Amino acid sequence: MSPMVRDIALLLLAVSLVLLALTAFGERLRARRSQPDPAIEVFMTRVDSWWAMVVLFTLALVAGHWAVTLLFAVAAFAALREFYTYSARSKADHLSLAMAFYLILPAQFLLVAFDLQRLLGVFIPVYVFLLLPFVSVLRGSTDNFLARVSETQWGLMIAVYCLSHVPALMLLPLPGYAGRGMLLIAFLVMVVQTGDLVDFYMGRRTGRRRIVPGLSAKTWEGAGWGVLAAALLGMALWWITPFNPLESAAMAAMASAAGQAGGLVLRAIKRDRGLRDWSHLIPGQGGFLDQLDSVIFAAPAFFHLTRLWWLAT
Amino acid sequence: MMPGMTAARPLRRLAARIAGQAIVLFARAITAVHADWRGVGPSPRQRVYFANHVSNADMPMIWSVLPHALRLQTRPVAAADYWLKTGLRAFAGAEVFRAVLIDRRPDARTEDPMLAINAALAAGDSLIIFPEGLRNQGPEPLQPFKAGLFNMAREFPEVELVPTWIANLNSVMPKGEVIPLPLMCSVIFGAPVALREGEERGAFLTRAAAALLALKPEERT
Repeated sequence: MSPMVRDIALLLLAVSLVLLALTAFGERLRARRSQPDPAIEVFMTRVDSWWAMVVLFTLALVAGHWAVTLLFAVAAFAALREFYTYSARSKADHLSLAMAFYLILPAQFLLVAFDLQRLLGVFIPVYVFLLLPFVSVLRGSTDNFLARVSETQWGLMIAVYCLSHVPALMLLPLPGYAGRGMLLIAFLVMVVQTGDLVDFYMGRRTGRRRIVPGLSAKTWEGAGWGVLAAALLGMALWWITPFNPLESAAMAAMASAAGQAGGLVLRAIKRDRGLRDWSHLIPGQGGFLDQLDSVIFAAPAFFHLTRLWWLAT
Repeated sequence: MMPGMTAARPLRRLAARIAGQAIVLFARAITAVHADWRGVGPSPRQRVYFANHVSNADMPMIWSVLPHALRLQTRPVAAADYWLKTGLRAFAGAEVFRAVLIDRRPDARTEDPMLAINAALAAGDSLIIFPEGLRNQGPEPLQPFKAGLFNMAREFPEVELVPTWIANLNSVMPKGEVIPLPLMCSVIFGAPVALREGEERGAFLTRAAAALLALKPEERT
């Protein structure tokens, strides 16, 4: 067994134990009630979705680079579809939106698959940014033009550019870390998710001061506990990263903070569009954007800081 | 298309079933189409689903969100001039969707279209109809209804008339575009509309149209 497969197996074991505990906890609550309680049912649906995600994610990690890239490309497609369903657009944007789905999204993930790092960081923010408004303006309609092209670009940044930085973590040529890049993905996803969960539960118990009253129940106290929990988990997981324990904790705390900020930003967009969830595609969790909001914001920050600090390029 | 013909050709029937599943899969993969049973549940009662009409994909979309058992007993009412134009369309219309084909050219047709519709209803089939007639390409969300819905309500009072709003499909493939955009669509089923005692045709059609329009999600700007 290669060291990486061994590490993946260890992580899977730990995550499975946590999920098993959550499943058992939910089943006990369920058994105590005589009638089905909707809150418990929602919780159990969520746990089931987590199981499905863990299984899918592990299979992709074991299958290799291309499978991880493909998994995130599919997630990006679903996320972009959710975003554009509710974005400002008109008939005149048909071609540019079609290009976003069928050309730009696959191209960005191909850049990841073929390790073209210099291009993957600038392709969407520079070339696509300049090209797509031109494609839209060719149709002649200027109604609401700025809002339309801005939202088209925003969707691509959020759903494609940011998400593509998750599989791009495999590309970083960190010293002494060759071939173990996939573990960095597992690290990022685990610390961000843990930060969100701890924020949710501790925010409910100890939260006093809301960060954005009127938008979300998120509190400074909950967010602080979330970042702290992410840091502790990050430190405990330092052995799967290229960092030392303190660096690992700092990176995890940063990722969790970025992720929680992302949750608030995407919530504001949902509020603006009058949505509760982006879609119904993940049972119990809403849509892909609801599920991935934190990872979306954490991934590019995590990617670039890792490169800055440890590669100094 | 004679009814006996399909039974004699099992391969063609198999092809029709595969094509039907492929259409359902394609609709779900592209638009993640979602059924919102708001006013009624998906029950096997005999029904007429009457829907807004903005695109040629409307009918396959409603057909795709129906649960399999309901789909087997539901037939769309469709225009013969469109669905008999090519061999492929004739196969799709008659054998995949098992459409009730009607001639929508009042001056050229030899048979009253209501006869075919009444025959299907009398045989116990559920129907999908588009009471606006032609596809709606104007700025209004809904065009005035044709009289067919009123005739069905009068002749078959026990059949539920379910308003069915198809949301967002117009942006998936606006007229004149060839590439469908993968945007999410939903099909919203409202509470059935029944003909009231002594209700006039115009009043009933207006009320049915209002019930359909009430399902339309709010416009986002």
